[in-house]
Amino acid sequence: MDYQVLTMGAKTGSLPRPKKNYLNESHGFMSWAGTLDHKRIGIMYLVGVMTAFLLGGCFALLVRLTLLTPTHMLFGSKTPILTAEQYNRVFTLHGAIMVFLFIIPAIPASLGNFVLPLMLGAKDVAFPRLNLASFYLWLTGAAMAIGAMVLGAVDTGWTFYTPYSTTTDGPVTLMTSAVFVLGFSSIFTGLNFIATVHKLRAPGMGWFDLPLFIWGIYSTALIQVLATPVLGITLVLLMLERGFGIGIFDPRIGGDPVLFQHFFWFYSHPAVYIMILPGMAIISELIPTFSHKTIFGYRAIAYSSVSLALVSFIVWGHHMFVAGQSQLATVVFSALTFLVAIPSGVKVFNWLCTMYEGNISLETPMCYAISFLVLFTIGGLTGIFLGTLSTDVHLTDTYFVVAHFHFVMMGGTVTAFLGGLHYWWPKMTGRMYSEKWGRTACVLYTIGFNMTFLTQFFLGSKGMPRRYYNYLDQFQPLHAFSTVGSWVLGLSLFMTLAYLLASLRKPMDAPDNPWGGTTLEWQCSSPPIMHNFEEQPVVARDPYDYRPVKVKI
Amino acid sequence: MEWLTRIMMPPQGSVYAGEVDTVYMALFWLSVVLFLGIVIPAFWFAWRYRYKPGRVTPHMTHNTTLEIVWSVAPLLLCVGIFFWGLKGWMEYSVAPGEAMEVQITARKWNWAFEYPDGSRDAGTLHVPVNKPVKFIMTSEDVIHDFFVPDMRVKHDIIPGRYTEVWFTPTVLGKHNITCAEYCGKGHSDMKGTVIVESDADFQNYLATGGTEWEDYKNNMPAWGKIQWERKGCNSCHTLDGTKSKGPSWKGIWNKMEKMNDGSLVLVDEAYIKESENMPQAKIVEGFQPIMPTFQGLIKPHEFEGIVALIKSLQ
Amino acid sequence: MSTTSVDLPSHGGHGDGHGAHGLDNPHHQHHFTTMEQQFDTAKLGMWLFLATEILLFGGLFVGFGLMQQRYPREFVEAHTHLVRWQGSLNTIILLISSFTMVMGVQAAKTNKQARSALYLVLTILCACAFLVVKYFEYAHKFEEGWLPGKFYHATGDSIPGSHGYATFFAFYFMMTGLHGIHILAGIGLLSWILMRTRKGEFSHTYYTPVDLVGLYWHIVDLIWIYLFPLYYLIQ
Repeated sequence: MDYQVLTMGAKTGSLPRPKKNYLNESHGFMSWAGTLDHKRIGIMYLVGVMTAFLLGGCFALLVRLTLLTPTHMLFGSKTPILTAEQYNRVFTLHGAIMVFLFIIPAIPASLGNFVLPLMLGAKDVAFPRLNLASFYLWLTGAAMAIGAMVLGAVDTGWTFYTPYSTTTDGPVTLMTSAVFVLGFSSIFTGLNFIATVHKLRAPGMGWFDLPLFIWGIYSTALIQVLATPVLGITLVLLMLERGFGIGIFDPRIGGDPVLFQHFFWFYSHPAVYIMILPGMAIISELIPTFSHKTIFGYRAIAYSSVSLALVSFIVWGHHMFVAGQSQLATVVFSALTFLVAIPSGVKVFNWLCTMYEGNISLETPMCYAISFLVLFTIGGLTGIFLGTLSTDVHLTDTYFVVAHFHFVMMGGTVTAFLGGLHYWWPKMTGRMYSEKWGRTACVLYTIGFNMTFLTQFFLGSKGMPRRYYNYLDQFQPLHAFSTVGSWVLGLSLFMTLAYLLASLRKPMDAPDNPWGGTTLEWQCSSPPIMHNFEEQPVVARDPYDYRPVKVKI
Repeated sequence: MEWLTRIMMPPQGSVYAGEVDTVYMALFWLSVVLFLGIVIPAFWFAWRYRYKPGRVTPHMTHNTTLEIVWSVAPLLLCVGIFFWGLKGWMEYSVAPGEAMEVQITARKWNWAFEYPDGSRDAGTLHVPVNKPVKFIMTSEDVIHDFFVPDMRVKHDIIPGRYTEVWFTPTVLGKHNITCAEYCGKGHSDMKGTVIVESDADFQNYLATGGTEWEDYKNNMPAWGKIQWERKGCNSCHTLDGTKSKGPSWKGIWNKMEKMNDGSLVLVDEAYIKESENMPQAKIVEGFQPIMPTFQGLIKPHEFEGIVALIKSLQ
Repeated sequence: MSTTSVDLPSHGGHGDGHGAHGLDNPHHQHHFTTMEQQFDTAKLGMWLFLATEILLFGGLFVGFGLMQQRYPREFVEAHTHLVRWQGSLNTIILLISSFTMVMGVQAAKTNKQARSALYLVLTILCACAFLVVKYFEYAHKFEEGWLPGKFYHATGDSIPGSHGYATFFAFYFMMTGLHGIHILAGIGLLSWILMRTRKGEFSHTYYTPVDLVGLYWHIVDLIWIYLFPLYYLIQ
């Protein structure tokens, strides 16, 4: 009998592609607006979150521009770019849009929605209607948030701290309702993914045959389901405090403002992991694929995702070391916070070992993965400064914190999101983008990011508090440098938008497996057909097995 | 490495600041080492094992020993760092018993300081060098945060509660105070200054009773009315002529008042001064001798204000 | 499913020999291999949703507990304004409704659709009765001025001016109100499956919606089982 040896990880194509795919299966507005297909919903989410990213990003550029000079004026102009009130509204909008409209749904609801059933070898998510409902809730929440913006916008900061938020003017109630609705959108996504992973795996796919992306998204979904309701009820209490004066958060009527912070961070700290776990999950896909080597420490990475999700529930108090919680609580929360370092470290070390002796091709997604390693490492290490009690007292509520969470949220999650977007772009659209522009944008992004945010560590340690409109003249050089960095960063992102959109004008040219991936989504056509796979795939190998196989001829 | 600390941190204004900076710099170098330890291999691997078509990669799935090593080693490191941070925190959170207590009232968007002798000041805080000062803080509206970068301390100030923070200043001169918890429009303008001075200068400062009264130089009766409230005069003396536990201040200036021993006394500065220092010396007819002495509790300008207030109540 | 291509004309759902395995069940969604898988998945989804419900109420329970520590005397006194027999009556009504719900699901499962419909009607009636009692309770509170937060204007409190009473009633109205909204939603859901039962859409091979609404209804009851002692019994 004859055998042919197939090298796994070879880039394969199956042109000519099937005539019908999920993009051209049906046409017209309603075929999208009423679709139950996870891929179309994923694409709609993608368009939605990218729009939110654009909006939030423009606000960020505006904030940075305002801080360029201590007088907030440009080119001898007599009026400031933003007044103090406008500045407060703009940074609140930047934070709220980026957190609730963009980064929480960014990876799970857009890329996750598209890829998760494909990776599982399933035809759809468990509850397609709920999936669509989740998108419309997101849309409703977005509309309400924009409504609140039009009605004058809130100036509370995205954290809505009481009693400021219970006493300030502005459509706070509308804005918090928007966040409440967005929370349920997030719950529905998470719930759907948990059920899908439990029940819709391809035949032969056990829990430890799941791609690591799924482990990450599954852990994320657990947090979405278990933490978000608490945010929901907290915001309801906040609204009722404003409307009825129930006396829970407002000290003038016997409430406790620190209680609000406990409630808020009980959700919002796990929410940090709703944001970063999917990012790590993408990196766990990119590194083995582009190293053409099996992932090192599969179980360790999988367990670290779940343990991060669990630990995320018991560290919320580290946001409040100087906020008036009991000193015992502070000490305990500091100790628990250090636990986060271990699973995060485990992931990074395993990724490095995966690269060791690999066969590494530096296509755009891998460039983003390496950029992630650099930025996330900085984000993680600076977290140690903030977890350590004595240094945190000095650094908390300064630009150091701003820089730290931008390194984790943007340097971590957004970088991974961009990596994932470039990774699955051929699968989603059936088209390749320009590699040359892709790598250029990635390098520019990394440089611009570091210019913008590395600077802010020094601002913070020097004692520049966050959310400041006016600042001491001594900080001007660093602020100016950071603002210039934000232009580089903005440029790289607009570039990315341009070449990705440009790729859509080409005819479909993407092979089914452009990178040599081994997970199931590369076994269907690019773009996939309506029901994903021609035949139900059956799993017989580990998800990242790059050993050559002998195939009977 | 002193210069590096100076680049990254504000000037050190207290012993505690030095301790924080030591931890900070240790973490900084640790981070640099770990960062390079991760990033250099990443770039080296990307170069050394760059893509060659057809190359077969080894099938290395896991190594339990390695996993344990890189879980336990960071854990031990973290335990160490935690305790080091805890040491500083204990110092930060427990003020020495002999510390001078200064009350801070924060409001949108300014600071008010009150010293143990009742002296008050707004925006400028005077403290003696090398002596611990404890701050008892509360807010009148929203949450603020008392942050003195040079001392490396900050703490939230919460309406409806009292929070504490302390430091021992060691460097003479001015240090910035900023608000570090977002409080609205004037958040970034909510600044103040700590003036660290010698003990003698501080005592001189206290003797003047702060600078707040200078705002009222042209309106001393208003200043007097503030004292009437702050010193507690208002619990016994009214300003509108109604009788309370003590005689009302309305319409008594320059009048002859009858005492309970039958004598008549002219209400003038000397009489008011005497009533403040030795309240039992003369008791107005129809009242009990219940007033406590205010000797040493009322600064000259405050007294001036009270007199001006009584004068104005004709 | 709009996208389905495996939906075949109805066979009446049962008696065709392969029951729940049948790809030809009209309710079989294309992305599930078997009806059992579809049923298990739906049930898992419902349990997850119920977990979020518990957490939603959990936040309020925690808030109540903290406020009770802050105002122990006011809370005990405010408790006495609640009418215990009304709460007890509602507890009994909900327990009965849980029983009728169980029977309704059981009847649907064993293909007795007419009996299932009857039990569903009984459940809906219980839910309505619950709301009627609730109406009288609320009306009484409104008359006496025992209202949430700044609307509180009752007189005769033993600690006049304390905000504790207003806070107690804020929590009372929030928690029972949120529960009441769930009862209302339950009535809607029950009516919806009642209609579908009457149309003969359910059988022993497909009764997922009945089962899920049943689960939901039990959780709504369960939450009341915690609310009842918290407000009416513990003092």
